[in-house]
Amino acid sequence: MASDRTNDNYESALSGASTDVASFEYHKKGFVGRLHDLLHTNPALVPLIVLVAAIIIFGIALGSKFFSPFALTLILQQVQIVGVLAAAQSLIILTAGIDLSVGAMAVISSVIMGQFTFRYGLPAPMAVAAGLAIGTAIGALNGWLVSRVKLPPFIVTLGMWQIVLAANYLFSRNETIRAQDIEANAPFLHFMGYKFQIGGATFTLGVLVMILLVLLLAYVLRNTAWGRHVYAVGDDPEAAQLAGVDVHKTLMSVYMLVGFICALAGWVMIGRFGSVSPSASTGMMGNIQSITAVVIGGISLFGGRGSILGAFFGALIVGVFELGLRMAGADPQWTFLLIGALIIAAVSVDQWIRKVSA
Amino acid sequence: MEPILKGRNLVKRYGKVTALDHCDFDLYPGEILAVIGDNGAGKSTLIKAVSGAVVPDEGTVTLEGKEVRFSSPIEARDAGIETVYQTLAMSPALSITDNMFMGRELRMPGVMGKWFRKLDKPAMEKFAREKLSELGLMTIQNINQAVETLSGGQRQGVAVARAAAFGSKVIILDEPTAALGVKESRKVLELIQDVKSRGIPIILISHNMPHVFEVADRIHVHRLGKRLCVIDPKDYTMSDAVAFMTGAKEAPEAA
Repeated sequence: MASDRTNDNYESALSGASTDVASFEYHKKGFVGRLHDLLHTNPALVPLIVLVAAIIIFGIALGSKFFSPFALTLILQQVQIVGVLAAAQSLIILTAGIDLSVGAMAVISSVIMGQFTFRYGLPAPMAVAAGLAIGTAIGALNGWLVSRVKLPPFIVTLGMWQIVLAANYLFSRNETIRAQDIEANAPFLHFMGYKFQIGGATFTLGVLVMILLVLLLAYVLRNTAWGRHVYAVGDDPEAAQLAGVDVHKTLMSVYMLVGFICALAGWVMIGRFGSVSPSASTGMMGNIQSITAVVIGGISLFGGRGSILGAFFGALIVGVFELGLRMAGADPQWTFLLIGALIIAAVSVDQWIRKVSA
Repeated sequence: MEPILKGRNLVKRYGKVTALDHCDFDLYPGEILAVIGDNGAGKSTLIKAVSGAVVPDEGTVTLEGKEVRFSSPIEARDAGIETVYQTLAMSPALSITDNMFMGRELRMPGVMGKWFRKLDKPAMEKFAREKLSELGLMTIQNINQAVETLSGGQRQGVAVARAAAFGSKVIILDEPTAALGVKESRKVLELIQDVKSRGIPIILISHNMPHVFEVADRIHVHRLGKRLCVIDPKDYTMSDAVAFMTGAKEAPEAA
């Protein structure tokens, strides 16, 4: 008996095994279950729902004062700098990094664009190109320190934030270039501030650039090999390396692109503020604002998860809250309080979504 | 006959720990070579040394008569050596298709692919589905589901399918059946035979003696960081093999 049992050729039973792709009867998961599935595959939905809800609530409460093409496009103009920075920040956070130097890179790039024109007499387009190039170079330095020297992104960019901001003051000698001078001598620097009307809505080229940038990055991240590599590197860099992704090259390209986008944000800043100032608040606040937008947008700080559209919605949510509460005459501190609550809520939702799997 | 993949005098130390101690290694064309050994014998390091994941401190690796020095798995892969690692090397949040084509994505033909670098998702999905079906991984319902939603066995199946689909000169399988069910194990063993019949040699690292003795042409017994002996599974029993690798029995002379 015992030997019969041990000699049993159990694998022969496989001959009759099913060869169809498994399919199951549709199983009602209930509302929570389906919502969970939906969010797992479309992480940008949460911020989109919050954004739409916020617009509706403020629209009802404030009426046509808020719910008008003018006010709604005013929000776009107010978030254009943070929106561009958030697009950059999203890329870094998708690779499981964080960039504290985005605002500083934007400010120094705007200062370089201004000073190269006014101090060195370069034609404005060349000065803009120089600003974009130097932004990219700072990004490359960040990327090299993270990828080759293997320092934590938080530390690298914490240091770079201070270095770049200080260099910015030293180089500009703390001088502001006045808007009138730019308007008279180098209007090209104001290019991103060029306004045009569609109906009652006012757009600037900066807003247009922000929207196109987000759409372009969304396409690239979803539909190109490079985009998939960014996610893979953020998800599990060792697995990505073994599977054949050049992790170093991917990280370098991400950090350089982020430097470039931040410099672009610097150009948008000149259009928005009119003047070029080394002490623009973006230098100190740009990093926190962009991280806030990214987190509210549902991009996981652990990397590899989330959509750049979410970060864009996140930036808009902040803009809607700021304008809506200001129009309602509330103390501005309410904005910060609500944004803070939103950040914590967004991360809780992220944790819930991640629980899906296993 | 000249080995297709040859290691000579390989040494790898991690600090004070010696993982490979002047180890030799031979894989002949068209064969299935099993590598067995105790835990900590250095099997994984040996495999990493020939597949580019680890650069040996000393010694040479020769592929088809030419000395090679892989400094990354990508280089080894480009040379035609495909490896399934024990950790599987997959990105959990990405889909099965994304994972199968990681690092060698297909682009759309024409302008979309050339100028917009758009991935040819339908083609990749079709290919991935075919490869999984060949392996009998019928329980995977959606080729676009994230790998983290698969069971351990299904993940392993996807990793093996990836290697089998792309390996051109050598395929290395590190514990390919460890997490698999009966049916999937059988499919993997069949797949191994199938790959062999296509003329591609396989290195199989496994603790599963019945599987090793069933498919292997030769068995490389690894002990204390070097090749103890190479045996023919027809001449020895499983207990002999276990005795050699644990040191319970004196190894036969010469490989």
